[in-house]
Amino acid sequence: MALLNVEDLTVVFGGKDRADVRAVDGVSFEVRAGEVIGLVGESGCGKSVTSLALMGLLPPKGNKVTGKAIFDDGVNLLSTDQRTLRDMRGREIAMIFQDPLSSLNPVVPIGVQVTEVLARHRGMTGERARKEAEALLDRVGIPDPRRRLKEYPHQLSGGMRQRALIAMAVACRPRLLIADEPTTALDVTIQAQILELLKELVHQDGTAMIMITHDLGVVAGLCDWINVLYAGRVVETASRHSLFAQPTHPYTHGLLASIPRLDSVRGDRLNPIPGSVRDLLPWVEGCAFAPRCERVLESCVEGPPALVGGAHAYRCVNPFGADS
Amino acid sequence: MMRFIVRRLLQLIPTLLGLSILLFLWLHRLPGGPETAILGERATPASRAAIRKSMGLDDPLIVQYGRFLKQLLRGDLGNSLNEKRPVLDLFLERFPGTIELTVTAMIIAIGLGIPLGYLAAKRRATWLDHLSVGASLAAVCTPIFFLGYLIKALFAVNLGWFPTFGRQDTTIDATRVTGFYVLDGIMTQEWDAALDAMHHLVLPGLTLASVPLAIIVRMTRASVLEVLGEDYVRTAEAKGLTERRIRGRHVLRNAMLPVVTVIGLLTGGLLSGAVLTETVFAFTGIGQFAAQAIDNRDYPVMMGFILIIAVVYVLVNLIVDISYSLIDPRVRVR
Repeated sequence: MALLNVEDLTVVFGGKDRADVRAVDGVSFEVRAGEVIGLVGESGCGKSVTSLALMGLLPPKGNKVTGKAIFDDGVNLLSTDQRTLRDMRGREIAMIFQDPLSSLNPVVPIGVQVTEVLARHRGMTGERARKEAEALLDRVGIPDPRRRLKEYPHQLSGGMRQRALIAMAVACRPRLLIADEPTTALDVTIQAQILELLKELVHQDGTAMIMITHDLGVVAGLCDWINVLYAGRVVETASRHSLFAQPTHPYTHGLLASIPRLDSVRGDRLNPIPGSVRDLLPWVEGCAFAPRCERVLESCVEGPPALVGGAHAYRCVNPFGADS
Repeated sequence: MMRFIVRRLLQLIPTLLGLSILLFLWLHRLPGGPETAILGERATPASRAAIRKSMGLDDPLIVQYGRFLKQLLRGDLGNSLNEKRPVLDLFLERFPGTIELTVTAMIIAIGLGIPLGYLAAKRRATWLDHLSVGASLAAVCTPIFFLGYLIKALFAVNLGWFPTFGRQDTTIDATRVTGFYVLDGIMTQEWDAALDAMHHLVLPGLTLASVPLAIIVRMTRASVLEVLGEDYVRTAEAKGLTERRIRGRHVLRNAMLPVVTVIGLLTGGLLSGAVLTETVFAFTGIGQFAAQAIDNRDYPVMMGFILIIAVVYVLVNLIVDISYSLIDPRVRVR
C-alpha cells in the first residue's frame, strides 16, 4: 500500500497575456511508507513545482493543477481545501527547502520558529515546548541547543541553519518528508553531513522521503527508487540499483556521464549534455530531449514516446541497451 | 540594548551642535542684522550702534556663538518681539495642542494605513487594491490647506457634525492641568470636556493625517508584497501555521521595518504640516503661532519654532532607531 500515490500530476502556468507553460506534464509515481524516492533532473524540469503542488504551496493564481495525489488512501492533496492542507502540513507532510538562510525568518529567534510548529500541531506551549525544541535541536546535531534557541538565523552557520530547518520539519514526526535540494546551498563537506543526518532521521522515524535534486550523487547514497524528470515528464523510473547499473534513457546516461570523475585522465574534457531544456510545449512534436540527444532517430520527432518497460521503465524509442 | 541606546543618545550631541551653529548663523545673517529686526528699518545709526553694543554684536563671532549656546542650554530663547514675553513660555503654552493634534493624526494614519496597505497587498490587483492606491495618490497630491477647507466646509459648515474651529467649546468651563485638553478632561473626570476636546480634534486630525496615511498605505503595500514572496513565508506555510500567525509573526513583523522608518520621518514632518492645518482650523498650537510669527517677523519665535521642529525630528528618529533595533536583531549586533 502506497503512502502517497501521485497520478497524472499536471501543473500549467498561464495568464491572460502569456502562453501556457506545462511545468509538470502528467507525472505519476508512488511513495511507500518509509521509502526514500528521488526526483532527479536539471533546472526547469518541474521537480520543485511537483513538490510545491503536493504541499499546496503554489501561488493561488496563475496556475492550474490537475491529476491526483492520494495521501494514505484518503485525502487527495491536489483537490482538498486549504484548511485540511494546513492541518496536514508540518504534521503529516513536512518540507525542507533549498536555501536555509532565506528560508528562516531573520527577525524571529530559532527557538520560536521551532516551538511554533509544536504549538500548532502538538499543542505544546511554554516550558514543555522549549524543552522539546531543545531536544529537537540536539537530535539534529546542533551543539549547545539551549543557547541556540535564543539566537537568530544570522548568528548560525549555513549547516546549522539547515539543521534547524530539518528540526522544524521533523518536529511532529511527519510520515512524509519532502526535501527540495536541501544541500545545494551548502559546502561539500556539510552536504555529506546533512545527507547523513536526513538518512538517519527517516530511518529512525520510519518517515518516507521525496528527495528532490539535480545531483545523481545525492540519490545514489540515499534513495530506494529514482524518477528522472525531463521537461515536466518522467523519462526513466527504476530502483536505485537498476538505474545505476543500466541507465537506459539517453538523458539519464548523459547525466551520469557528465559527472566529473577523479580517475579520469588529466586534460580530459568534461562531458556536458549540450543545450538546455526547451520552453513552452516541449512534448507536443516528439521527444523533448531529441534536440540534445546523441542517439536521436527520425522517429523521435514523430510524436511523443510512451513510457515503456516493466519495473524499470523509460520513455525512449532508442534506449541504451536496445542495440546490443 | 542599553549600550545601543546610550550610544545613539551620544550621537545626538554633534547633530544638535551643528543645528545650533546653523541657527546662530541664520540669526546673525538676517537682513540688516538682529538690530534691524528689533528696531525696524528706519532706526537711526546711533540707536543701532547702541543696541549692537548692548547685545554684544561687535564681539568676535565665536564669543557671540558661545553666549548664544549658553542661553540655549539654559532654555533661554529670548523674548518674543511681538508679545514681549519669553519665547519658551509662549511655546510651552501652545505645544500640548500641537502634540494632541499630531498624535491624533498619527493614530489615524497608522491605524488605517497599515491594515489598508496589508489588505491591498494581500488582494493585489482587485478593486480594493486599485482603490487604496488611487485614493492615496489623490491624498498625496491634494494640498493640505485645500483639503482642510474642503473637509471643514463639508463636515463642519454644511453637515454641522463637527466644530469649525478651536480646541474647546467656549461654553465649557474646563479645569486645566497639563494643557493637553483631552488628558485634562480625563484626569479631572470632566468627561464632557474630554469628549468635546476629542470632537474638536477629529477634522484637523483627519486633515493632517491625509498625507502620512497615503504614504503609509503605499509603503506597507509595497513592503508586504515583497515579504509575501520571501522564502521564510513559504516555510511558515509549509509548517501549516494558521494564517493569523503567519500574518503577524512572519509577514507584518518583517514588512514593518521600512514602514517604521517612514513613520518616523512623517511624524517630524507633521509639525510643519501643522502650520497649515492649525491655521485652517484656528487651532491653538505652535503651528498657528509660528505662522503668526512669520507674518510679524518675530525672529526669536521663528527661531524657537525651527529649534523645536529640529529637536522633535531628532528625538523621533531616535525612537525610530530604537524600535527598529527591537524589531530587527541584525541591527542590534555589536
